[in-house]
Amino acid sequence: MAHRTPLFAAHQAAGARMVPFGGWDMPLHYGSQIEEHHAVRRAAGVFDVSHMRALDISGTHASDFLRYLLANDIARIKDPGGALYSCMLNPSGGVIDDLILYRRSADSYRLVLNAATTDSDLDWINAQAEPFAPVISRRDDLAMLAVQGPEARAKALPLLSADLRSALEQLKPFHACERDECFVARTGYTGEDGLEIILPNEQVIDLWQRLLNAGIRPCGLGARDTLRLEAGMHLSGQDMGPEVSPLTSGLGWTIAWEPSERDFIGRAALEKQRHAPLAERFVGLLLLERGVLRHGQPIVVNDQGAGVITSGGFSPTLERSIGLARITAEVTDACQVEIRGKRLAARLVKPPFVRHGEIKIPR
Amino acid sequence: MSQVPTDRVYSDSHEWLLDNGDGTATVGISDHAQEALGDLVFVETPSIGDELSAKQACAVVESVKAASDIYSPISGEVVEVNELLVDNPELINGDAHGEGWIFRLTIADPTEIEALLDAEAYGELIAED
Repeated sequence: MAHRTPLFAAHQAAGARMVPFGGWDMPLHYGSQIEEHHAVRRAAGVFDVSHMRALDISGTHASDFLRYLLANDIARIKDPGGALYSCMLNPSGGVIDDLILYRRSADSYRLVLNAATTDSDLDWINAQAEPFAPVISRRDDLAMLAVQGPEARAKALPLLSADLRSALEQLKPFHACERDECFVARTGYTGEDGLEIILPNEQVIDLWQRLLNAGIRPCGLGARDTLRLEAGMHLSGQDMGPEVSPLTSGLGWTIAWEPSERDFIGRAALEKQRHAPLAERFVGLLLLERGVLRHGQPIVVNDQGAGVITSGGFSPTLERSIGLARITAEVTDACQVEIRGKRLAARLVKPPFVRHGEIKIPR
Repeated sequence: MSQVPTDRVYSDSHEWLLDNGDGTATVGISDHAQEALGDLVFVETPSIGDELSAKQACAVVESVKAASDIYSPISGEVVEVNELLVDNPELINGDAHGEGWIFRLTIADPTEIEALLDAEAYGELIAED
């Protein structure tokens, strides 16, 4: 049987359509995926992301371990409370997974793993950890809510403890703070301002209900996917994967090359690619005709195969179809996408498509 | 609970077919199917003049999440398509059995209609979902 989050019954009570996702029964939507999408762009929505797994890593050599495990450099986070987005690579420089890492104290970190890959990620992490002997704790006792949208903080803050509230009022984007057992980060995956709240399983039902009572709309995985696509954010297993370099997945910016003496898993392979001209690059696409871009559709330029759609879908904000794609380096402007045997015109654009409620690409 | 009108028949792939009484039939997808698909954003209809055989994939509906093939329940020639769906695919979400019809075709072999499910049988089928 699939795993269920502590909110399973609450989702059903809110009218959710439940679907299997990464080994979990999760809400796809609560009636209308498009209305949930707009709620996050215009007001506030809450997502149950308790299927994602927090992992706490601590110990004298925890920092050294994470500087070896991850392509981004946690030494960039000077103070407790800072967050870092990073890829976890294999020795050939492919992306095993992407994650957000929070520094909690000098020797203590929390990272959040994708649901579908939690077990394999953990096996990988444990296998690399031995020389550093960190304490690795999988936090199955914690649930996670993402409250997102321009009104998210204003609506959610009054529901949290006074102590936490005063800290959150000052909290900068991509930072976190914690009081007692409640960990709150100003992060998210929608392109909007908002919070991600990690708290004990037994407390999440109460908070969920209070967020809904405050007028925050429950949102499912469907809206999460269209929001993250509009925000130009990557989806593990689609836009990147173990066979593909972060340099051709639009994730080159997450690699910390300096200091050059820092060795991290995958570095040697990436160094070889780094100075060679890249055959492919990662772009956004706007479909100019009617249809919907989907993962795996081929891209054609001058009757030649020129790339592939890695993520695609309908953008509720643009009311057009958009996608992310890996494309041969020389293509700069127009291309065609082959959809069910027909070739439809598309234009290259620079993601994000939408951020903070505003359309960011020329239409 | 999905509506299952009794004036028409259904395929096990969730299309409905209404005999128009003039040698043609109208085809759409069931209320149950539109509900499962969610918000529809694009419909690719067949072309007028297409010769279809029963169970042939002939149209595509795309929801926000995924594309789904639509199969012709019977054989025949397409004589009309619902042009309104080009700009308003959500008509299927709002009225799957009425304004959200997809295409009309000639009835090549009336016995193919008899092989489809009546409302009661279709209701039982979707109750199992």
